Amino acid sequence: MKYKSVFDIIGPVMVGPSSSHTAGSVRIGLTARHLFGELPDKVDIYLYGSFKDTYKGHATDVALVGGILGYNTDDSRIINALDHAKEQGVTINIIEMMEERSHPNTALLHLFKGDDELMVEGISIGGGKIQLVSINDYPINISGNYHALLVFHVDEFGTIADVTAILKDQKVNIGNMNVSRKEVGQIALMTIELDGSIEKSTVDRINNTKGVKRIIELHGD
Amino acid sequence: MAIFNSINQLVTKAQNEQKSIADIMIEQEVEVSGYTALDVMNDMLANLNIMENAASEGIGGVVSTTGLTGMDALKMQKYIESGKGLSGDLNLYAIAYAVSTNEVNAAMGQICATPTAGSAGVVPGVLFAMKQRNPDLTREEMVKFLFTAGAFGLVVANNASISGAAGGCQAEVGSASAMAAAALVEMNGGTPEMCAHAFAIALKNMLGLVCDPVAGLVEVPCVKRNAAGASNALTAADMALAGIESRIPADEVVEAMYKIGLTMPSSLRETGRGGLAATPTGERLKQELFGS
Repeated sequence: MKYKSVFDIIGPVMVGPSSSHTAGSVRIGLTARHLFGELPDKVDIYLYGSFKDTYKGHATDVALVGGILGYNTDDSRIINALDHAKEQGVTINIIEMMEERSHPNTALLHLFKGDDELMVEGISIGGGKIQLVSINDYPINISGNYHALLVFHVDEFGTIADVTAILKDQKVNIGNMNVSRKEVGQIALMTIELDGSIEKSTVDRINNTKGVKRIIELHGD
Repeated sequence: MAIFNSINQLVTKAQNEQKSIADIMIEQEVEVSGYTALDVMNDMLANLNIMENAASEGIGGVVSTTGLTGMDALKMQKYIESGKGLSGDLNLYAIAYAVSTNEVNAAMGQICATPTAGSAGVVPGVLFAMKQRNPDLTREEMVKFLFTAGAFGLVVANNASISGAAGGCQAEVGSASAMAAAALVEMNGGTPEMCAHAFAIALKNMLGLVCDPVAGLVEVPCVKRNAAGASNALTAADMALAGIESRIPADEVVEAMYKIGLTMPSSLRETGRGGLAATPTGERLKQELFGS
């Protein structure tokens, strides 16, 4: 089931005008910011479908930028997010995409800071709820509601078992897990949603596991 | 504990356990979230307080940044005070509070999505109209009203959609109106089965409603459709409380709504390209606001 909590229906408390195009966009921006881990100096925002057609009216661009700046859905600073981004030295490019994606409310955020970059694609499924559907072009499916680990690793036998063994050691339960890759034997992405938070030492242990290239930790709501 | 995923399951559970739908929703939320019943009641109370602010703020008079909407809740309030209203005060206040909430939303003010921002006026509209009529209504009763509405909304969200971009306005104002109708029935002493009939009747009357916002803004016709959703909820609740039953069961109405949404062209699903958005006046307003 996509919706589990009554507060997905009676909520969120938010700044208008649209739960899917404003609040959902704030969440996509905020989750991308959490994944990136720091304030980017440039973001290219690609908008698709209904997001592309109506972003000016729904303040979708303003909301995405608000999220990138770290504002939550009920933050009254959102209305001025574009000005705040400029003041903080964040360059924003809005790119309207003609091609259709599988969901009408899709945004792809390409975040840059120096040599670091990250691509996050999110969809807004209604009532302010979102799903992330790709990271750096790897298909994923996470809601951002739960604590999650995104582990980029060499696609070879044993790596998944090594990583999950560390979580077992720490008695952390896995709520949802997904592995995706672009090509056999190249870099793959393990997405692990956890039922609780984990200690930094555990993250470090996973990071030092043979075959693991990069780990991103996402703190849930 | 089995999580309900249909209105039939929800009603059967309420009948078997001799509980209200609100209480079943609270129990399930405790189970799913791991918080206590007091915690989830308090979280809902916080949402109720936000709704109350939005329902009264617009009556004081607000205008959106585009100027397309605003000041109509104030007009309704003055009309009610004149005593010349055609329908009863309950309906007139439901309209005023629904419009107020959506005017605040359009002005980028703070609201609580129920189930979405574009449809945020319907459920609070009828709830605060009930409070207006019966000042003795307690905060606990009002919070429970929201849990009842939320239980029905969860079923719609999981089996169809609550997004205008996916399912049209029937998925937003339609869902909100049906949720409000069910909650009205429970608050006024109806059985769980009567709640389901009210829900079904309200949603049936909203089937096929398209999402065609002028210039893509959640303003025209959204604000006034919230008033219609609130009145429709009162109509359906009164019919169900009178013992009138829906021929088509609630779950089948939800499925019909979902299938109608799937066949709706994208121009009528929150793209601002069809319907009222594509009228000469709709096009002109868009041109004036955003240029080409």
